[in-house]
Amino acid sequence: MADTQSSFARSDAYLSALIREVRSVPTASATVTMGRRTFFKLAGAGAAGLVLGFHLGGAAFAADGANVDTVDSKDQAMNAFIRIAPDNTITIYSKCPEIGQGIKTSFGVIIADELDADWNHVVMEQADINPKVYGSQGAGGSTSIPHAWDQLRQAGAGAKVMLIAAAAGQWAVDSSQITARDSILTHAASGRSATYGSLAAAAAKMPVPDPRDLKLKTRTEYRLIGKRYRGVDDPKVVSGQQLFGIDVQLPGMVYATYTKCPAAGGKVKSFNVDEIKAQRGVLDAFAVDGTGMMVEVMPGVAIIARDTWSAFQAKNKLQVDWDLSKASTDSTSQFSVQASKLATSFPQKADDKVGDVDKSFANAAKTVEAYYEYPFAAHVPLEPMNTTAYWHDGVMEMWVPTQQPDRGLPLIGKVAGIAPEKVVMHQTRVGGGFGRRLVNDYACEAAAIAQKVNAPVKLQWTREDDFAHDFYRPAGYHQFKGAIDKNGRLDAWREHFITFTADGKKEASGANLTDNLRYSIKAPNLRRAKTMLPLRIPTGAWRAPGDNAQVFAAQSFMHELSLASGRDHVEFLIDAVNRDVPELAPKDKSVNFSPKRATDVIRMCAEKAGWGKTLPKRSGLGLAWCYSHAGHVAQAIELSVDTNKQIKIGRIVVVLDVGPIIDMAGSEAQAQGASTDALSTAMGLKINIENGRIQEQNYNAYPILRMPFAPMTIDAYFIQSDNPPTGMGEPAFPALAPALGNSIFAATGERVRRLPLRDLGYALAV
Amino acid sequence: MLTLTINGLSHDVDVPEDMPLLWVLRDHLNLVGTKYGCGIAQCGVCTVHVGGKPVRSCQLTIGDVGTRAVVTIEGIGSTPNGAKVQQAWMEAAVPQCGYCQAGQIMSATALLDSNPQPDDSDIDAAMAGNICRCGTYIRIRRAIKNAAAKSA
Ligand code: FES
Ligand code: FES
Repeated sequence: MADTQSSFARSDAYLSALIREVRSVPTASATVTMGRRTFFKLAGAGAAGLVLGFHLGGAAFAADGANVDTVDSKDQAMNAFIRIAPDNTITIYSKCPEIGQGIKTSFGVIIADELDADWNHVVMEQADINPKVYGSQGAGGSTSIPHAWDQLRQAGAGAKVMLIAAAAGQWAVDSSQITARDSILTHAASGRSATYGSLAAAAAKMPVPDPRDLKLKTRTEYRLIGKRYRGVDDPKVVSGQQLFGIDVQLPGMVYATYTKCPAAGGKVKSFNVDEIKAQRGVLDAFAVDGTGMMVEVMPGVAIIARDTWSAFQAKNKLQVDWDLSKASTDSTSQFSVQASKLATSFPQKADDKVGDVDKSFANAAKTVEAYYEYPFAAHVPLEPMNTTAYWHDGVMEMWVPTQQPDRGLPLIGKVAGIAPEKVVMHQTRVGGGFGRRLVNDYACEAAAIAQKVNAPVKLQWTREDDFAHDFYRPAGYHQFKGAIDKNGRLDAWREHFITFTADGKKEASGANLTDNLRYSIKAPNLRRAKTMLPLRIPTGAWRAPGDNAQVFAAQSFMHELSLASGRDHVEFLIDAVNRDVPELAPKDKSVNFSPKRATDVIRMCAEKAGWGKTLPKRSGLGLAWCYSHAGHVAQAIELSVDTNKQIKIGRIVVVLDVGPIIDMAGSEAQAQGASTDALSTAMGLKINIENGRIQEQNYNAYPILRMPFAPMTIDAYFIQSDNPPTGMGEPAFPALAPALGNSIFAATGERVRRLPLRDLGYALAV
Repeated sequence: MLTLTINGLSHDVDVPEDMPLLWVLRDHLNLVGTKYGCGIAQCGVCTVHVGGKPVRSCQLTIGDVGTRAVVTIEGIGSTPNGAKVQQAWMEAAVPQCGYCQAGQIMSATALLDSNPQPDDSDIDAAMAGNICRCGTYIRIRRAIKNAAAKSA
């Protein structure tokens, strides 16, 4: 495998074999007749054509502080594959999961721009999962773009250099006189030109350039970056072609359901096995012990059937006697009561301490106190959890709609009792992530089940399973006290954060106060402390983890403080974020938080929203901002509220600075989608837990916003600063909820301190 | 053995009559464009046309389909409005994750079949049964209007 690190050109069939060789395992997909399932193969396998595989990594190429995939970059990881076929088709393999964030399109645009490829002849394919080949392959934390930015540009530029070298040799001219555009090389002086396709074979024999020697384009030279694109899979999406994990159908496949204890942590004592096995279409039923780890396999009952419907029907008949001795008895109504009691005192031990809040309170012109609360939330992406697994030849071959395939490999290996190299994972398109699919529990379950089934098996969760066994966004409770000095400036911030712990030591997953807020709230006197309530229900990353709800509390309270100051909210915010409080500046140099970028998005948002204009009675304009997932964002909402608390949303304005935009249409979609998701979540979404059981079982109890209530106008503006580009999946979520609460206050004088607004009697008007 | 007419072709299927059309399409006919999302008529991802009307295929047993023609997302592009809607969807770059979009397109096409020039409230009524977890509603509305403009 020594030469996998050097860039080269080879056929796709060879590449498939190469990747298998790296792993030393055979795959069924390479040998069985796949019919319509060619989607899962490396496209064009066997066709004439040439592949450029690139190893571009390592700290040496970490320009401008962008994070490189450090884990595997030393390990000869190849970050990009480009195949240039004789017909001039350019196929680019996208190594990260497509979960609706548009990465498959953006990755292609970045490579194709440096390559000077003709975008109309670029085909994007999903790469299979192999960290040894590709390095990190996750999709989470809005990190795919910042991590891959340099690597992808180097891949495109490197391929172009090799093509030019090939042409220079054939034409016996100097390579500096050759220009590239739209997949054609031209030597103007001699009038010669050739397509990339015609040169690909010769290019493959050219020396591989050192990425450090590559001259990358400046922004003015971009031809593709920044334009509008439709998603590369859109033609398949609109015509219903097989794309998603749930769409996998293999010859001889059987179908499975898996039923776990409705209270997390319960174990199977026994179940009505004979009755279940006698159900129509059922092939087998058995209990699975699992590993006892929520992120792997918890105990449950598997039912195997000839089709999904038969499995679901049998599941309805399933009666399990659960051992509840270790099961959750969590109760959200009790948490709320406990938290509000705890909020009345401030803990001795502070996590953050700057200056002297008590002195500030004593000398303050004004102090303000408030208590904020938000609930647990479920992810419930529209594609229910599923995985197809096929245990054969000592290999666990899987088709998984996951956000974090690379991290799944060792867990699946552990569950199956095999080395991670014996797990062959095909990445499918993912019908929504939102953080749910950072956990590979459903893939681990499929592996455990597949080892007991002599056929490919698709594990399909019901929607009810998905509601009952999520890794929820934790609820949170914030008691604030703030001080305004005699000049109307923010002088003190005291915050008691009541959150949750799973292990009794640290915050549960997703339940820590985010560093983003630590940088953003720059009070010269500051004190933060937390109290942790024990929790058994699993929690996790939910779109813009922490920020997604904590920013609601913090930026709503900032509005309260601005009102107390008597100053304009926008001026108050800009003054506060520009305070020089060295203790609150990020210690980590790779953190790109910038008061200037924050100021710019706030100012532009105010301007675009018509800040300061006169509005009719019961109408209001509210604004909030956040620093989240490396993006600086401000959001404003204009709305009216009638006396029955019916909210009519007028217009939403989103201003973001995430550096240069790769795909303008895709970025607007993320800004609109995240704003809509945030509105939906703030208005209506809440998970109630009683006696360890999730009360909401399906969408009828969890009112995701629908078309009649969707905003008519969400205007997104981008400040395309000269910073390296960062991700769009999360930043446009957190500031929406406080902007909503602040605009409701502007319209009505009523402060929203608890989510969802549905619980306070508010509703969106049609 | 039952015979279904789907996208103009007839298919014999050997499944119980109480199986919902959704699972016959997906598991027995390999027409996986029609999706499963909730199973209780709440999300609309399973929307197909039966006898020219949009229905939630998770709720309709194949016994009840009878001889009515079924059109799925795989076949809707062969109808004039279906083709226009698919085109409008791509031009407006509607999809995010894309999982809901087959159902959205089936509902939107049925709307234009019955009402070639829908206004906003018509769109609200016709599309209210289709959830988009990614929040693509703004572009869905625009795409429907663009498709309607081409119908005129
Ligand atoms: S699956 Fe039929 S409406 Fe949701
Ligand atoms: S595009 Fe993801 S659910 Fe609609």
